[in-house]
Amino acid sequence: MDVTKNYRAGTIITEVIMLLVGLLFLVPFYFLFVNSVKSFGDLLTSAASLPKSIEWGNYARAFEITRFPEAFLNSAVITIASNVLLVLISAMAAYKMVRRDSKFNRVLFVLFVAAMVVPFQSIMIPLVKVTSTLGLMNSIPGLIVCYLGFGVPMSVFLFHGFVKSIPLEIEEAATVDGSNAYGVFFRVVLPLMKPMLVTVFILNTLWIWNDYLLPSLMLQSQDLRTIPIATFAFFGQYTKQWDLALPALVMGILPVIVFFLSMQKYIIEGITAGAVKG
Amino acid sequence: MNRKKTSQMAQQIVFVGPAILFFILIIVVPFLLGLYYSFTNWNGVSGEVSWVGFDNYKQIFMHDSTFRDSFWFTAKFTVLGVVLTNVLGFFLAYFLTKPLKTRNFLRTIFFMPNVIGGLLLGFIWQFIFVKGFSAIGSATGLSFFNLPWLGTENTAFWAIIIVFVWQTAGYLMVIYISSLNNVPKDILEAAEIDGASRLQVLRTIIIPLIMPAATVCLFLAISWSFKMFDLNLSLTKGGPFGSTESVAMNIYNEAFSKNRYGLGTAKAIIFFVIVAVITSLQVKFTKSKEVEA
Repeated sequence: MDVTKNYRAGTIITEVIMLLVGLLFLVPFYFLFVNSVKSFGDLLTSAASLPKSIEWGNYARAFEITRFPEAFLNSAVITIASNVLLVLISAMAAYKMVRRDSKFNRVLFVLFVAAMVVPFQSIMIPLVKVTSTLGLMNSIPGLIVCYLGFGVPMSVFLFHGFVKSIPLEIEEAATVDGSNAYGVFFRVVLPLMKPMLVTVFILNTLWIWNDYLLPSLMLQSQDLRTIPIATFAFFGQYTKQWDLALPALVMGILPVIVFFLSMQKYIIEGITAGAVKG
Repeated sequence: MNRKKTSQMAQQIVFVGPAILFFILIIVVPFLLGLYYSFTNWNGVSGEVSWVGFDNYKQIFMHDSTFRDSFWFTAKFTVLGVVLTNVLGFFLAYFLTKPLKTRNFLRTIFFMPNVIGGLLLGFIWQFIFVKGFSAIGSATGLSFFNLPWLGTENTAFWAIIIVFVWQTAGYLMVIYISSLNNVPKDILEAAEIDGASRLQVLRTIIIPLIMPAATVCLFLAISWSFKMFDLNLSLTKGGPFGSTESVAMNIYNEAFSKNRYGLGTAKAIIFFVIVAVITSLQVKFTKSKEVEA
């Protein structure tokens, strides 16, 4: 009896302490949201207090200056197109590399694994040269090509581990039923890979959506700006104009926060699966 | 037989070909080109590129104090950042695997900073350090909050550490949670019956059993902190006085601000070697500590 009582008291104390830590984690968001609707004067005199009046006009102005719909659309197109293509070519490659265990494919797999430790910054300088020679500069399709290259090693690696766990008998049954190799992959294997498709999709989405450095090197035109680029350009122009900067930041993080809250279960599972395989 | 062989070849090309093509174009070719350019005086603009042998490397090791400074900043940051984010991530996970009523809610909160990109986080925290902290400082009178956080070299370093830990601890927490959930309950119960204290259980049972997760978490934290660019770009711009310039930023500036592409690629190659050596040593070391339940 005494033990359970102690145990409960201990749990309650843990719970309270953890809630306080959680509150501490939320403080930055409080500052961000509360101050984003303050007038400039209000914001300068008291950043910690609740707003005296709510200025939605801040949002309207920031929305216009950052050209938010355009930046959002660019980010969305780049993220979705890169993801779809990346998942497709990586799943196909990984499938064949597992099922056709040739020396070539084994060496290729080792190369992909080795490439995962190459930091982006160690090849970005010549990359700029390569992409401008190929005419990929300052274009969204060109940027997507880059994401395919950078995403392939990790995505193939994750699919590779997963394909190994798919029993060969299922494919053999489909072959007997008259499917050719492509039919077997698209109709039988690909649907079975769904859990790993979700994992790869989520890991790549968080990476591509938030990426700043690669698009900043690739995209120069103002109408091609992604959300991180538009935010950075905005800060270059409106230093210390917090009444405009904070609403711009709120709008910048909102899509990814909504994505996270609505896909949370898959994101947590995806990260766990990605880490265990990694 | 021959037709089967051709069809096998065609399949290999259709299935694996696209992945190889993009991989070669975007990673392999730039990597090899970078290796070549690191021995030249390429300036990025003129077509004229001449071979200079090891001059760039000599220049970096003997005369480039900014590279050395950025390296020490990155190394110091990596050591502290990796330790703190793993300790916090582990303890968040440890307490959130207890039967708390709010644990799902708390997991969401701890993880949330991680989905926001480093660039935007840096800008958000810039506001908090400049305006938020001083507001708390004047309300509470605590001198901790009245420090010029982004204004001095010492505090700016800690400012970046704070944001980095806040951002990444939740990610590592997720990995530690799944690992803690896999620690067999019967071993823990047996230890409890034998009268082991909570600290003993943690040290002799839980930590050895979650070493596979520690391998992954250390690897991730090391590569995040070593490659840091976005976060300090938006938070401090590498300042004050270049004191928070990371290696990645130093490479970027060498090439894209000073137009010394040859020198920049040599730095990039050194950077690659350092990252590869450190992460493979770490994985080797922690893997040797892994045990089976």
